[in-house]
Amino acid sequence: MEIPENVKRRLSLPFEENFYAGHTACQGCAAALGLRYVLKAYGKKAIFAIPACCSTIIAGPWPYSAFNAPLFHTAFETTGAVISGIEAALKAKGYKVKGEEGIMVVGWAGDGGTADIGLQALSGFLERGHDGLYIMYDNEAYMNTGIQRSSSTPYGAWTTNTPGGKKHFLERRHKKKVIDIVIAHKIPYAATASVAFPEDLMRKLKKAQRIPGPSFIQLFAPCPTGWRSPTDKSIELARLAVQTAYFPLFEYENGKYKINMPSTKKEPKPLEEFLKLQGRFKYMSKEDIEVLQKWVLMEWEELKKKAEVFG
Amino acid sequence: MEYKPIKKVISGNYAAAYAAKDARVEVVAAYPITPQTSIIEKISEFLANGEVENLQYVPVESEHSAMAACIGASAAGARTFTATSAQGLALMHEMLHWASGARLPVVMVDVNRAMAPPWSVWDDQTDSLAQRDTGWMQFYAENNQEVYDGVLMAFKVAETVNLPAMIIESAFILSHTYDVVEMVPQELVDEFLPPRKPLYTLTDFDNPIAVGALGTPADYYEFRYKIEKAMAEARKVIKNVGKEFGERFGRDYSQMIELYRTEDADFVFMGLGSLMGTVKQAVDVLRSEGYKVGAAKVRWFRPFPKEELYELARHVEGIAVLDRNFSFGQEGILFNEAKGVLYNTDAHPAMKNYIVGLGGRDFTVDDVRKIAEDMKTIIECKKIDKEVEWYHLKR
Amino acid sequence: MNTLFGERKSNAKRIVFKSVDEYPEAPISLGTTLINFTGDWRTFIPVVNDEKCVKCYICWKFCPEPAIFIREDGYVSIDYDYCKGCGICANECPTRAITMVKEEK
Repeated sequence: MEIPENVKRRLSLPFEENFYAGHTACQGCAAALGLRYVLKAYGKKAIFAIPACCSTIIAGPWPYSAFNAPLFHTAFETTGAVISGIEAALKAKGYKVKGEEGIMVVGWAGDGGTADIGLQALSGFLERGHDGLYIMYDNEAYMNTGIQRSSSTPYGAWTTNTPGGKKHFLERRHKKKVIDIVIAHKIPYAATASVAFPEDLMRKLKKAQRIPGPSFIQLFAPCPTGWRSPTDKSIELARLAVQTAYFPLFEYENGKYKINMPSTKKEPKPLEEFLKLQGRFKYMSKEDIEVLQKWVLMEWEELKKKAEVFG
Repeated sequence: MEYKPIKKVISGNYAAAYAAKDARVEVVAAYPITPQTSIIEKISEFLANGEVENLQYVPVESEHSAMAACIGASAAGARTFTATSAQGLALMHEMLHWASGARLPVVMVDVNRAMAPPWSVWDDQTDSLAQRDTGWMQFYAENNQEVYDGVLMAFKVAETVNLPAMIIESAFILSHTYDVVEMVPQELVDEFLPPRKPLYTLTDFDNPIAVGALGTPADYYEFRYKIEKAMAEARKVIKNVGKEFGERFGRDYSQMIELYRTEDADFVFMGLGSLMGTVKQAVDVLRSEGYKVGAAKVRWFRPFPKEELYELARHVEGIAVLDRNFSFGQEGILFNEAKGVLYNTDAHPAMKNYIVGLGGRDFTVDDVRKIAEDMKTIIECKKIDKEVEWYHLKR
Repeated sequence: MNTLFGERKSNAKRIVFKSVDEYPEAPISLGTTLINFTGDWRTFIPVVNDEKCVKCYICWKFCPEPAIFIREDGYVSIDYDYCKGCGICANECPTRAITMVKEEK
């Protein structure tokens, strides 16, 4: 069943769906949406490796799969290593990897499985120069195990092991900048992306497909369940994150930083616009919000300077 | 083509490397650890000299990642190989379960080495035996030749039953000691071991599959049974492949327990790996002195050769089980498993456990003699003084 | 006609094994999640007003299931078998053509 060509042409994303509905992601899950986008970008000729995370469940229980592409479920800390092995096997067998006709090897892991337990394997994958793509979808906590903090959890966020309480809230550590760690490996291509800007994400996915070597994308993916936000606001939050410069969109390509629209358009919106939609920030006092706001602007200045110097 | 062996004087490690090369392995992902390093170094040398086609070598950043990468590669249809030892094997533990659960025929050489602390690099069997529950087949090599032969056979058996296999050799005693090894010319290896036909592959894009998703209590049980069924099937496959190996290359491996001079033995020594080489020597000496003894070398620890053990146990009055390992809070592992196998049968020879050579303490012909004297007394008096003897303990 | 999944949806079958011999040797998938109608998760149901719709397809773009499909005439329809009622489509629609209504069961 097809839709008319003139309609298809108006779509800003590929029409083909390779992600099947009926999966058990929460209502308003941006990770599921992210998967839908990646599967759109690469179609069937992509091999996915997914560690323990929400996507393990979203991908469907045996014997059902939500993917119209091959997928290997693997242990929590191994994403970077498994995609390295798959890539090596494809090369040994003479398959083309990456590029127009090539097979994409994609590791899709959460922030917990990347920034914490999976950091070693990620570093190995990046350092060895495998032709593959690692996508860290960032919902800022260990969501699948019930919302525990990860090193990607921001200052002030409630999680089940950094809860608000009668004394004070516990998460006083700032979000670990995984993208900076990745860039320190000086790989050919790294980028941040947000589910609110799928065209930008699609462009970056296509770039990752074209550019040889290891690619990395950190995808901002709001989680209504873990963030205590309304299910219909997930895209709005992903947009506000970019507009407040909390999660700026930029690319690192062959040593050069480039900030993407719309982050460069105007002054960042006040962070409160982003925070107030989420219950996880309700334990923050005015001073706490100022601390986080300061951090956001400081990181934003640093990024702008990098784009200036290494642009 | 007639079999004309290629003879080289090489170490056990090099034997492993040559076997992996001859098996036309496609992906090797490994991390260095003493005393495995020369296996991987040799393979890298082959690569650098252009002696291996279609080999991808991935110098991973830990043993856990080594096994993870091998698993990914194997799931994509490649023939994969790795090697490790002690701490590295222990680090891989989680992924060992993954390889068998995903039914991937990864082949690995483990160099038996003692577990730390204290740090030790010497021969000890606890590291590999501690992995006996992971669904991996286990073959213990007595000498460098068996390392070479074992790796070749392991690929064939593993790829037939779709279970991973490890070939185990002693630290330094085999890994770094040079001995004559007869290797098989490539064309004959190719006849014995054709290219792998994977059970499934991630490269099937027309019918894409998800491997290893969530299995609820309604389904998980059956998959575990399938693994055991494959292990049971492996007993037959091992014997057939071992027989075939003998027919093609003159070295028969159809017995899961190699019996040396056990036909009329009063009692036998039973054990794993290189220490059985010493035992065989001692058996010859003891026989010349009038003892009627034999050696039962357990080649395959997994799947456990239950039938063969029963057949042996029926005809002897005693078994001295030599364990170069220990399971704390219990006893020597081979001893414990062998006893368990015989419990429900009518074969109940006197069995005593001798804990020898832990951490590479030297195990000599003289030690075997002393153990023989002890066993003789036990059989004559029809009484076991104590079940487990820490034989080498300084008192 | 559902342009999202069409045939794949109608061909999707529930798989239940009674004997170990029916199981595949390894835990590999045999079907798709399309057999699972998540529509019963809903509390609120999205209703599309074609008169306000400008065919921007933003709703189609942002549906996480996806449960919004484009009709032959270019307007959108919701596949209520899968729609979980998250409300993203209603929240993102620039002309407020979609409204979330409490669903009567």
